[in-house]
Amino acid sequence: MILDAKIPEGPIEKKWTSFKNNAKLISPANKRKFKVIVVGTGLAGSSASATLAKLGYQVETFCFHDSARRAHSIAAQGGINAAKNYQNDGDSVWRLFYDTIKGGDFRAREANVYRLAEVSGTIIDECVSQGVPFAREYGGELTNRSFGGAQVSRTFYAKGQTGQQLLLGAYSALSAQIGLGRIKMHENSEMLDLVLVDGHAKGIVVRDLVTGEITTHAADTVLLCTGGYSNVYYLSTNARGSNVTATWRAYKRGAAFANPCYTQIHPTCIPVAGDYQSKLTLMSESLRNDGRVWVPKKQGDTRLPQEIPEEERDYYLERKYPSYGNLAPRDIASRSAKEVCDEGRGVGPGGLGVYLDFSAAIARLGEKTIRERYGNLFEMYQNITGESAYERPMRIYPAVHYTMGGLWVDYNLMSTIPGLHVLGEANFSDHGANRLGASALMQGLSDGYFVIPNTLGEYLSTQFGKKVSTDMPEFKKTEEEVRARVEKLLAVKGNVPVDEFHRQLGLIIWDECGMARSEEGLKKAITDIRALRERFWKEVAIPGTGKELNQSLERAGRVADFLEFGELMCIDALTREESCGGHFRIEHQTPEGEALRHDDKFAEVYAWMFQGEGSQPELVREPLHYEAVHLATRSYK
Amino acid sequence: MTRPATSSKKSCGRCMPLFSSPIGRKWIVALTGIVLVLFVIGHLLGNLSIFAGPDAMNAYAAFLKSTGELLWVVRIVLLTCVVLHIWFTITLWRENLAARPQKYAVKNELGTTVYARLMRISGLTVLAFVLYHLAQFTWEAFNPEYKTWIDAQGRHDVYRMVVTAFECPFVSGFYILAVGLLGMHLSHGIASLFQTLGITTEKMRPVFEKGGLIVAWIIFLGFASIPTAVLLGLVKTSSTLPACPFCH
Amino acid sequence: MSTMNFHLRLWKQKSAADKGEFIKIHATEIPSECSFLEMLDIVNNRLTREGKEPVSFASDCREGICGTCHMVINGVPQGPGRGAACQVYMRKFENGQTITVEPFRVGAFPIVKDLVVNRSAYDRIIRSGGFISEHTGGAPDASTTLIPKPVADAAMDAAACIGCGACAAACPNSSPMLFVGAKVTHLGLLPQGQAERKSRARNMVRTMQEEGFGNCSNYYACEAVCPANVPASVIAMLNREYIRGEVSESVGAID
Repeated sequence: MILDAKIPEGPIEKKWTSFKNNAKLISPANKRKFKVIVVGTGLAGSSASATLAKLGYQVETFCFHDSARRAHSIAAQGGINAAKNYQNDGDSVWRLFYDTIKGGDFRAREANVYRLAEVSGTIIDECVSQGVPFAREYGGELTNRSFGGAQVSRTFYAKGQTGQQLLLGAYSALSAQIGLGRIKMHENSEMLDLVLVDGHAKGIVVRDLVTGEITTHAADTVLLCTGGYSNVYYLSTNARGSNVTATWRAYKRGAAFANPCYTQIHPTCIPVAGDYQSKLTLMSESLRNDGRVWVPKKQGDTRLPQEIPEEERDYYLERKYPSYGNLAPRDIASRSAKEVCDEGRGVGPGGLGVYLDFSAAIARLGEKTIRERYGNLFEMYQNITGESAYERPMRIYPAVHYTMGGLWVDYNLMSTIPGLHVLGEANFSDHGANRLGASALMQGLSDGYFVIPNTLGEYLSTQFGKKVSTDMPEFKKTEEEVRARVEKLLAVKGNVPVDEFHRQLGLIIWDECGMARSEEGLKKAITDIRALRERFWKEVAIPGTGKELNQSLERAGRVADFLEFGELMCIDALTREESCGGHFRIEHQTPEGEALRHDDKFAEVYAWMFQGEGSQPELVREPLHYEAVHLATRSYK
Repeated sequence: MTRPATSSKKSCGRCMPLFSSPIGRKWIVALTGIVLVLFVIGHLLGNLSIFAGPDAMNAYAAFLKSTGELLWVVRIVLLTCVVLHIWFTITLWRENLAARPQKYAVKNELGTTVYARLMRISGLTVLAFVLYHLAQFTWEAFNPEYKTWIDAQGRHDVYRMVVTAFECPFVSGFYILAVGLLGMHLSHGIASLFQTLGITTEKMRPVFEKGGLIVAWIIFLGFASIPTAVLLGLVKTSSTLPACPFCH
Repeated sequence: MSTMNFHLRLWKQKSAADKGEFIKIHATEIPSECSFLEMLDIVNNRLTREGKEPVSFASDCREGICGTCHMVINGVPQGPGRGAACQVYMRKFENGQTITVEPFRVGAFPIVKDLVVNRSAYDRIIRSGGFISEHTGGAPDASTTLIPKPVADAAMDAAACIGCGACAAACPNSSPMLFVGAKVTHLGLLPQGQAERKSRARNMVRTMQEEGFGNCSNYYACEAVCPANVPASVIAMLNREYIRGEVSESVGAID
């Protein structure tokens, strides 16, 4: 199989324009004849649904939440990038493009990233016209803040709730279309499989989470906007329900899964406090502006932080990266924290934590200033841990919060299955091996509002007269397969709760496919995951029936998929014999311990094709051609 | 973009949404409330003439009677306000009861005030009192002899009637209790009507709430001062007392 | 880390049609550092191991922003303290305390199962008017309309609503006016929301009534429990906006 990215010809600045000028259009009268299924209602799904419905397509939208507004995009805090250059600080589409490509450690597709930067400004216009209350100056102008990986202020924000406001904007646009009868909305509906007719994605199988009813739905094309897979780690900053099921089932129907090993680990989260813990909470990266990161020099030092004298503390970031210090980039900071904890010098319960100490800043600036800057974060920290960061250092630890990998898509956002489009975090396209802050919201909305409405015609224009219906045998067969899978889960009748398996899987992946990966560890992880999967299918306990709201059953289905997906992630990490961005193979580092890329061999996308249960997946490569930028080493010193 | 207007289920007449919608009805309750509060304040000012002696009070009463048809207009307006105020409250109340078919096992008062929670009880008690009050002093139903009391100028001796009635501790007690409940009703009601009419802002809410409470206290103390003064002997009549309907 | 014990009374109800009841569970050895929902996870996993059905409750982001979790803890929708139920931690309770957990009791939110209720009425209210109509891609440059900071901030405070339903659950009348008021205020304050200002309030209030919610009596219980700190002044704004919209329509005024 050859992966054709369908990148338009011409110089990078002209590609999107020339694409739009030559794109196949569907006339208004014909749009009404085409039906589009959208799965997921995060930024990508809501914005795509609303926009396609406004254009006149028949849209059916599905989400597993009880309301479209609850998708996890809502939890994004920081902001959204856009090359508006309102600050007149030298920003441009080119700079946003270059920062994103460089931030992704030169593992993203140039044309896609340029398009993202190009439409970024329109996203802000769109959101403002929907009533998104972005932060403003006293004069009424939009204000910006700076974010990591950029030397300009281009991030628009709404308090610490930017994701919420952007999602509610998209949700209100979606709601308006539902109210007009142009979108049929299915809440509490979890997609459990993709239906292929003659090799084309033509429908989905859905389980109603309230009634347990399994139904099939047919359309001319399917859009997956189902987010990332961070929850393969069990503990992440993702919502409890976020899962890989939709993309994984699509993979098993023939969609290539690209770069699954690219995950982003955020350095400043509240650490795990015990094995009861269900989720991790992010603390804004801005805290590192005034906090000093340290651990005791001695292993297993159980003294209280204030009892440890200055000379027995190791301010390891300041020591190792004198120029960046505590503001070392995310991946460096995360990896260094892991190293000191692995040495047995971590603090707090389980020894998985490092101190983020504000005492020097409080002494220098006064508690009042610190309270003004970080009051809400300190409050949040105290609510969760019961400790006051004014009195003793915060304990922080890295946590997974975004996955750059996803289903492979071409320039039109179509996967290797004709008719299956993938948007937002669910696809792999724009962030390479590492995502810059405030770029996830930009990509979700860019895909939904501006890319898919223009690219969908490329596929649909080939589908005139090819109507499908749920009466076709393909639908019946897939529905039966889903039913059998649900029955199989219910038939296990073990006595181990689903969470137990999920937690164990998370530990394996975190240890071996987290911040630092090795050949030996990854091989061990693959063996362990297989053993765990076997145990799961023998011992999982799912009380109740499949004909009602059954949260154990929902989770079991998702964990079963994570148990398969985790293996693919490790295979990908094992195959990528280099370090880049969030993927750090300990065998491939510079003498100073920095990521060492091998551009000669790995400047390409690794896409995996399912070859049947128990068979090794097939690796297909898409070479990444850098025409506009030249590959360079990121330096943090 | 064209959008079909969602039409209300109850479409009887152009103005009907105002009378069937929750907010429209709340507005009517608030607006009638304003009229009633103003009446209560006017009534209080008139009643306080008792402290100026029999002549002032009887003159005030005679003046009211002399307005003739105008008095009836005022009465009809007040009666209409009372009916609308109560009627729309009852319809809202019924919907509110239906909106929570099952009660909570654990009750928690969550930021509400006792005045707010007792609005319906205090309102209904005040209504019962108003009926009694009208029967006693306007229709003079309990003591028909009141009708025959005439002062030196030949006016109806309202002063003697009021003082006589309040010399009975039961009458006074019930009166004070009732105006106490009226005060409670107004302490929520006055602040609340600013919210319902959409005047309240975050900054002004404490002002309206405290203001409502102060006005309610003034009204309560003003009304309660009359029976209290009578019971304490500060206000009295010269003539011998006739029988009281309760102590007799 | 210390552990705590609690006497739990958890609501079990198979479906809206069934009659529910409290089940009593003595939850022992609960880590004092865990959150309320993690405590319920522990209890549910123990029930599962015993072959019993766990108690269904909704949750997702567990950081207080998605609005999925909803329950009444000791008579308080979303539990003690600010924030959603997922932001309640067990150390806020006394060791050995009896904790009663009930579903939201709102007629317009029928029970799905146990502690889970159906809040789709809120979605229908938004669909009837809680938006600004615009064509994707047709928007003018975002900097063309200046919005004074106090206006943008007030709109943001109202827009912070997480749609959890606690306002209606706390209100003695089951009134969702804090929710409706929040959206009407958010969009009504912004220049972009002016075109549909009158129809928005009118249509949203009508839907609210059709869904069978109660009416606001200015109790302010909603404000006391709102996890997003939406102020009750949004209800005053709603009252004003609605009458303006309704009167204009009744008398046929264009403006």
